[in-house]
Amino acid sequence: MHRRGVGAGAIAKKKLAEAKYKERGTVLAEDQIAQMSKQLETFKTHLEEFASKHKQEIRKNSQFRVQFQEMCATIGVDPLASGKGFWSEMLGVGDFYYELGVQIIEVCLALKHRNGGLITLDELHQRVLKGRGKFAQDMSQDDLVRAIKKLKAMGNGFGMIPVGGSYLVQSVPAELNMDHTVVLQLAEKKGYVTVSEIRDGLKWEKERACHVLDHLLKEGLAWLDSQAADEPQYWLPALFSELSSRDVTAEEANQMTP
Amino acid sequence: MDRFMWTNGLLEMNETLVIQQRGVRLYDGDEKAKLDVGVVLLSTHRLLWRDQKNHECCICMPLSQIIFFEEQAAGIGKSAKIVIHLHPAPANKEPGPFQQSKFSYIKLSFKEHGQIEFYRRLMEEMTQKRWENTPVSQPISTTAGLKAGRTRAVGIVGIERKLEEKRKETDKNISEAFEDLSKLMEKVSTLSSPSILLTSVTTAKEMVELSKSIASKIKDKQGDITEDETIRFKSYLLSMGIADPVTRETHGSGTHYHMQLARQLGDMLQAPLEERGGMMALTEVYCLVNRARGMELLSPEDLVNACKMFESLKLPLRLRVFDSGVMVVQLQSHNEEEMIASALDNVSEKGSLTAEEFAKLLGLSVLLAKERLLLAEKMGHLCRDDSVEGLRFYPNLF
Repeated sequence: MHRRGVGAGAIAKKKLAEAKYKERGTVLAEDQIAQMSKQLETFKTHLEEFASKHKQEIRKNSQFRVQFQEMCATIGVDPLASGKGFWSEMLGVGDFYYELGVQIIEVCLALKHRNGGLITLDELHQRVLKGRGKFAQDMSQDDLVRAIKKLKAMGNGFGMIPVGGSYLVQSVPAELNMDHTVVLQLAEKKGYVTVSEIRDGLKWEKERACHVLDHLLKEGLAWLDSQAADEPQYWLPALFSELSSRDVTAEEANQMTP
Repeated sequence: MDRFMWTNGLLEMNETLVIQQRGVRLYDGDEKAKLDVGVVLLSTHRLLWRDQKNHECCICMPLSQIIFFEEQAAGIGKSAKIVIHLHPAPANKEPGPFQQSKFSYIKLSFKEHGQIEFYRRLMEEMTQKRWENTPVSQPISTTAGLKAGRTRAVGIVGIERKLEEKRKETDKNISEAFEDLSKLMEKVSTLSSPSILLTSVTTAKEMVELSKSIASKIKDKQGDITEDETIRFKSYLLSMGIADPVTRETHGSGTHYHMQLARQLGDMLQAPLEERGGMMALTEVYCLVNRARGMELLSPEDLVNACKMFESLKLPLRLRVFDSGVMVVQLQSHNEEEMIASALDNVSEKGSLTAEEFAKLLGLSVLLAKERLLLAEKMGHLCRDDSVEGLRFYPNLF
């Protein structure tokens, strides 16, 4: 009898190996994949039931979304990873956040000429809410933060810098290291900062302070007011409050940088 | 509309709120009732409605008044409605906003949606008829002492109570939802033995554990896993939102879904890319595609994973990552040298250019204009003048 790869002998060998595996309590991956397929079906049914009762809750209630996300994170599941995921398809969580992503990108793009690609989370929240209109679903800052985290996958420099109890959202790939961040935090209180303030507040030398400020100027994140009383002031448009600023057009912005 | 009675809006003992929906206008038969838009509330015993602006204006009717109800689909300029047909009002009915009506039915017009869920819940309550099991005390009736014909919750106390109720109700809904959610997520069945056949109820957590086990086996090449099975497994991971670091190394992130997407993108992006000089930032693509889709949107990761498959699917597009981390989609026909040569021409003509000026010249986004100039600089054709006035590029004369 010839020996071949397949045939009664090979099948018997496989069965033996399987039995040995089972003996030791190890499970074959193929079997596990089949098992997973069954579990998926069961899970889908449960999720459908959950969705039929609570889908509204997810869409309407931002607090619920927070808890939902945290639960998913604990068990190691990312409900926003794909629009094709069950969570997205059945609970509609995906569309909510992906659309928010689009709105965030558009707001940041529209304001980039003014603030260089840096905006406070508050201002971003206000502007996106305004853009969404009266009857749109409720949307919290937590929702924004999660949407921004997802946008990072597209490599366009979306990031968040902690400043004054909240965050600055960065939407351009400008390199900002710890020095830059700390100066931004210092500037947060008044919306501007001077070289002396940096030297006094952070105990840096003049050179280091100037280096950081120059970089912020170059990236368009800071504007120089050389006519200020004591010494030049470096203003950060991102930190301008609504009250003390008006919208600058792109032309005006271009004229301001000499 | 003459079946309604004034009420203070407070729930009785044994009465629970089932669902509420704002943005609802009432119709007396086919005519709009002379009331503003309000919140409709369904309890185990009654149907209530409260004016959104004037919270003291609150009316109700017992669910036993309802004979039957049906949905009326939305039309152009018309919101979806639920039509509710009613028994005649009982003789001892408390006073309400309407003394009489020629109609025996009302309509709820859902201006801010929510009709599907409301209809479902109303159906449930009308089927279960919970009010028959747990009768509530009669609502506080007007005595001769009060204003004839009307009872309303008065004063700050009444308003505060309503707010407190609303808060409690929201909390209750949330905690109900959380309970259900925990059950879904937490382990329900026992998994003490590594036995293969699990017929009991399973949960997401178990699936995560299982997938980790499978992934490590694939990595260690234990057992005979076919290509097909691997792809199947990856699609399970995708459905569950489980991260896939292991198999990705060996097989890439692509699933059938991403391949399909990649092809769709190939078709969809041809024209926009050509309009924009052959290159678009990935965030721009994301906005374009999702705005076009309207629903069933792509996640950022979906987009990235699909774009990564362009090359292997031999589509005429490529995903490209610049040194700065900026990701773009570009036409394969995009001729790099040509672009750089023409960039050099532009700069030489004008003497020097900043990214903004270059962007304006070519109709590109500033981001991509900058990348092109940086590339030309990298190739040695341009050199920079980096000052506080901005980054300016000159032809490289060295």
